Amino acid sequence: MSNIPADLRYTREHEWARREGDQVRVGITHFAQEQLGDVVFVELPKLGTRVTAHRTFGVVESVKAVSDLFAPISGEIVEHNTELGDAPQLVNQDPYGRGWMIVVTPSSPGDWDELLTAQQYEQFLAEAAH
Amino acid sequence: MGSPLKRTPLYEAHLKAGARMVEFGGWDMPVQYRGIIEEHRTVRSAVGLFDVSHMGELEVEGPDALATLQWLTSNDVGALEVGQVQYSVLCYPHGGIVDDLTVYRLAPDRFMITVNASNIDKDFAWVTERSRERAGRAAWKNVSSETALLAVQGPKAEALVGRLADRDVTRVGYYRFERGTVAGAPTVISRTGYTGEDGFELYTPADDARALWAALLDAGAKDGVAPIGLGARDTLRLEMRYVLYGNDIDETTNPLEAGLGWIVKPAKGEFIGRGAIERVRAEGVTRRLVGLEMAERSVARHGYPVVKDGARLGVVTSGSYGPSVDRSIALAYVDAAHAAVGSEVGVEIRGQAKAAKVVKTPFLPPRVKKSS
Repeated sequence: MSNIPADLRYTREHEWARREGDQVRVGITHFAQEQLGDVVFVELPKLGTRVTAHRTFGVVESVKAVSDLFAPISGEIVEHNTELGDAPQLVNQDPYGRGWMIVVTPSSPGDWDELLTAQQYEQFLAEAAH
Repeated sequence: MGSPLKRTPLYEAHLKAGARMVEFGGWDMPVQYRGIIEEHRTVRSAVGLFDVSHMGELEVEGPDALATLQWLTSNDVGALEVGQVQYSVLCYPHGGIVDDLTVYRLAPDRFMITVNASNIDKDFAWVTERSRERAGRAAWKNVSSETALLAVQGPKAEALVGRLADRDVTRVGYYRFERGTVAGAPTVISRTGYTGEDGFELYTPADDARALWAALLDAGAKDGVAPIGLGARDTLRLEMRYVLYGNDIDETTNPLEAGLGWIVKPAKGEFIGRGAIERVRAEGVTRRLVGLEMAERSVARHGYPVVKDGARLGVVTSGSYGPSVDRSIALAYVDAAHAAVGSEVGVEIRGQAKAAKVVKTPFLPPRVKKSS
């Protein structure tokens, strides 16, 4: 079964969100990177860009596929992972750690509660597999 | 739904090895086992084993077999000795490409051609119908389903195949073949490939494929052998600028604009498409298939427009991250006026023109064994 940390929240598009004080860090899940295969390029928006929950904020490309990145929550981007420019493989190697993508200051606190818990995400993956 | 996907004799072996399977040209094939980039590097640094049994093999035999192939293909089959292999294309009368293939001279009056998996039925119909019009004494046979094809590619391929073969494979020259046995299986041992590395393509009866596959993995363990999927096959061939039918060449492209002028031999005499290709040669090509290097790592994919100053100059036919060149590379048809090495163009990716440059190809020098 996929690696799904219990302390994170998830989207149905396979992003994870981690609360860090007032901010939320975002990346893609172990399952997502495994499906994509070797990640070779990650396109992220500029700092200060406003993102909207359920809307795309960037693109991740593997050798074989292009996939949109969906914002788990609405807010403003205050950090993005510049390390991915030269080392996109970090998304595969460490999806919940050094492969993170953006940090968002949430604008709509209610968004968090609509995200899937680890248990719900695991169930979602299990259902999708059938 | 379409018809069920075809399987090679090694289908179960791929599942057992943990392959991710995908549809390719009507076949259920392994796209990767451990990861495309890792598999790519295995072939460049050690040796990789590919199941390419989906490819088609057609045989033609008879007193007019040579004349038939001269009529059907663009290269000069008359220059081919028994034991030699030749890269060629089948063309339509209008100069477009039916398929690209390799021609094997098995005997003075007997040849095999190896064709793309997705084109087997089309090609067999084409060659048999065109042969019938000529009323020559040449009989075609489609032996694709009883023939398996394994490719062993990489700097350690010679050592690995040599260990299992009944003969000295170091004496098999580039684009030459010998018949023998490998791990006891009757095999056409052909020094050819689609990776730019030294290596062999091994044609063996379908019933022997599983044992041969297992023997190669077993004997190659100390060489670091690993099974390689179609994903890495594609990145390996792209770095060499080897064209892929359906992506870079098809019925709408002529061999000259595709950079395949070296396999068009009008001096040999008449062949299907010759007139049209000679007209193109006289008038000059309007576009050329060129290598592009992207300024950043975003991938230029099949169908993306090539642009300059807002005008469309062409189209990307293949593109990927090239693991050995460590950058994003592509093949594209570009207006001949902008096709020179060094020409700066853009590739439109998600609505944005991304900087690219026409570069010399292959993107990486091939390491095939040119002499032996």
